[in-house]
Amino acid sequence: MSAVPDGVVAGVAIARSPGYWVTVLWRFSRDPFAVVAALVVLGLIAMAVFAPWLAPQDPFHGMSLRRLRPPGSEGYPLGTDELGRDMLSRLIYGARISLFMGIVPVFAALAVGASIGIVAGYVGGWTNTVLMRTMDVFFAFPSVLLAVALAGALGPGILNSMLALTLVFVPPIARVAESVTTGVRTRDYVEAAKASGAGALIIIRKQVLGNVLGPIFVYAMSLIAVCMILASGLSFLGLGVKPPQPDWGLMLNTLRTAIYTQPLLCALPGLMIFITSISFNLMTDGLRSAMDIKA
Amino acid sequence: MTALLEVRGLVKNFPVNTGVFGRPKSFVSAVDHLDFDLHEGETLGLVGESGCGKSTTARLLMHLVAPTAGTIRFEGRTVGTSELPLKAFRRQVQMVFQDSYASLNPRLTVAESVAFGPLVHGVSRDEAAARANSLLERVGLDPARFAGRFTHELSGGQRQRVNIARALALQPRVLILDEAVSALDKSVEAQVLNLLLDLKEEFHLTYLFISHDLEVVRFMAARVLVMYLGRVAELGATEALYTGSRHPYTTALLGSLLSMDPDHRAESAPIAGDPPNPIDPPAGCRFHTRCSFAEPVCSSRVPVLTPLGSAHSVACHMSEPGSGHGCAPQRAA
Amino acid sequence: MFTYAAKRVLMTMPIMIGVSLVCFALVHLAPGDPLISVLPPDASQAIKDQLMVLYGFDRPYYEQFLRWLVRAVQGDLGTSIRTGRPVAAEIFKAVGNTLMIATLATFIGFVLGTFFGFVAGYFRGSWLDKLASAAAVFGVSVPHYWLGMILVIVFAVQLGWLPPTGAGPGGSEDWRWNWVHVQHLILPAVTMSVIPMGIIARTVRALVAEILSQEFIAGLRAKGLPELGVFRHVVKNVAPTSLAVMGIQLGYLLGGSILIETVFAWPGTGLLLNDAIFQRDLPLLQGTILVLALFFVALNLVVDVFQSALDPRIQRA
Repeated sequence: MSAVPDGVVAGVAIARSPGYWVTVLWRFSRDPFAVVAALVVLGLIAMAVFAPWLAPQDPFHGMSLRRLRPPGSEGYPLGTDELGRDMLSRLIYGARISLFMGIVPVFAALAVGASIGIVAGYVGGWTNTVLMRTMDVFFAFPSVLLAVALAGALGPGILNSMLALTLVFVPPIARVAESVTTGVRTRDYVEAAKASGAGALIIIRKQVLGNVLGPIFVYAMSLIAVCMILASGLSFLGLGVKPPQPDWGLMLNTLRTAIYTQPLLCALPGLMIFITSISFNLMTDGLRSAMDIKA
Repeated sequence: MTALLEVRGLVKNFPVNTGVFGRPKSFVSAVDHLDFDLHEGETLGLVGESGCGKSTTARLLMHLVAPTAGTIRFEGRTVGTSELPLKAFRRQVQMVFQDSYASLNPRLTVAESVAFGPLVHGVSRDEAAARANSLLERVGLDPARFAGRFTHELSGGQRQRVNIARALALQPRVLILDEAVSALDKSVEAQVLNLLLDLKEEFHLTYLFISHDLEVVRFMAARVLVMYLGRVAELGATEALYTGSRHPYTTALLGSLLSMDPDHRAESAPIAGDPPNPIDPPAGCRFHTRCSFAEPVCSSRVPVLTPLGSAHSVACHMSEPGSGHGCAPQRAA
Repeated sequence: MFTYAAKRVLMTMPIMIGVSLVCFALVHLAPGDPLISVLPPDASQAIKDQLMVLYGFDRPYYEQFLRWLVRAVQGDLGTSIRTGRPVAAEIFKAVGNTLMIATLATFIGFVLGTFFGFVAGYFRGSWLDKLASAAAVFGVSVPHYWLGMILVIVFAVQLGWLPPTGAGPGGSEDWRWNWVHVQHLILPAVTMSVIPMGIIARTVRALVAEILSQEFIAGLRAKGLPELGVFRHVVKNVAPTSLAVMGIQLGYLLGGSILIETVFAWPGTGLLLNDAIFQRDLPLLQGTILVLALFFVALNLVVDVFQSALDPRIQRA
């Protein structure tokens, strides 16, 4: 975005102010809740990436002899599941699919929804009407219903449920992108850029994107927690991940039968979903207030 | 003097209150059949109450809003046709907006904002940056201190200097100043006005100076155009107009100025009330609803812009020969 | 007021048609033969063709859609492939059951959420505010189906105070408003109420804080209005928005009840949807989604008109 490189230009040493994102990061770092939440999120991501090194046992290997051991059993710090597989290892491996399904659909929806919303907002007129009224139709479904309906119609599977979740999040992101862009489009600096003879594409790239991507991104971040819960919910219903893959939502489902015998064990996968979603929520709240810079 | 910019029959109606099926039910008549010339090297003042169409006129000239009708010619070439494409026209005519904060992108540094225009027109990065720095220096902002700053770190006067530098970056010949100093403190305003006068001299600029402040216009402009509800009320050389206004509206506007002389102080408000609703403007002369000289003809017929001398014309039935108004001069034989 | 309502109804029509189109298209998104669940794998082509004609699957899509739409408007949503009963009747029964827990949940969520929101907004920055805000974050972050399981573990399995699942003796067919049955409502409704509680608490907190910071409140206090009188003004200003949020939340709960109904085996639309998906009963799936989505659209419409009646500023927007 920088038209003028930092440092010496035409013989003049330029003192450059810290950029917007540097200021945001500094403000974010002063919010203890948000920082802790961000660290937890990083920890969870690290857990997913390094699962093979962290997990003490093979998450797929079970033995019917040692089924449903309670947490604290010897060799199985968090117990074993209904097929005798090590819970700790499955929870660690579970972070892979669960985080993947919680994050990827939001980013896919961000790419599609932001494009639709920015085009609709910048171009306006009939383009806006057609695009946004189409979004309204999908907006007319409660999100859980739409996700379940799409995943149900497409059939169970990771890919299908991620597609369904992406479709669920495109309309709300497009709506936010449209309203932010409409607000920026009428600003004088966009008018001034037009008056300098710049075409629509250059204006969108250089003048609009920098001002709209931030708010759209934060909104999308706030959807990750929702997406985590929905994705695990689909797996819980049997519409997402298929056994024997370790996924927190699916584990919650398969362990449900043990609710009378090993209640603590059943609660563990849900606790992981909860920790993840609340961390994403707190992190997003912190980011939002850090970005709310008043001149 | 030759006309650099000729405006003929400029009309802008904004649709309002769109119906269920998106068809507009009524229009705001913002600018109605505006004709005027801008001469090379002059400063033309454009005055009027808020809402009279001054800013719309500026935006129409820049083609930021599409005119409903009318033509704009630059050096005899019609703007927006193959004679003079918009992009080429915009290199010649630039604009400074009223709101210094809103007209600078908060995510760009000062130098990036100034260099944007030249980059769009294919100037190399180094050349654009160098041009930005020298212009910042010229408007009184040390590039070493200011080039890397963001808008929210500047004062209102500094921001408006950046906006002026940005407008000059394309090396235009005409600058449209839309209430460019109205939002500034009086002391800062004077500094910026002097800067504008210096720049005009140095770069051989032509100004269209839009303001609601009659004192400032008198200081800056050689000619003044008075607008009322989207139409020209009176047009003339500044001194002639300020001392011998012929349109009751101009007289009323000038009467609202505070006089240093107690004998000339206005005792009562010269015009009462707000301007009429532009959605449904009065028929005939648009000023007749507030004019103390109004006669029946004023509400039925639109007055014609009548020349009074070499460089003074007025759109009032009282000055139009044979108009039917009691005060009108006899038609020349 | 009436012109506004009429205009909003008119604006909702294309959305409703769009929603029906999406519901219709869902069936054709589904991979495989629409008759797959009723036909034995070795069924002859002749029987297959006969059934295709019977269900109208042999017609072009637009014709199927129009027929389906016309019938749906008349209240005929087709026949369940699995049970052979009319889809509309199945849905009608299930909607009633879901409405019971969703309404109760919205009510609990509204009462608790408003309370937390008022406390947080009035004592902004205090530990009470932090506690109430924490409750709100909890409400929007907790996977409610998991919370349901926890509640079952605690109140049904460990303490034995409430039944874990179901709708009581005889199921929903034999529903009565007595304790034996009503106690089955409590856990699902409380679980469900967590979502609207968090959202309403956040909304009310922001509204209360904003209104209290406005000058007219300072003016009321300055002229000596007692705190109770000030409170009445705050309530009057908060009511329209929070009621609107409540209405829309009810719609979300109705449409999103599938997870909680699965946890508690509650015989509502969610369980119906679950059956329809796993038995690949497409007419039932189509009909249930249509009814729930249209209900949501209609509820939004009602909320909008109601809100504009309470708050005349809305109409100008």
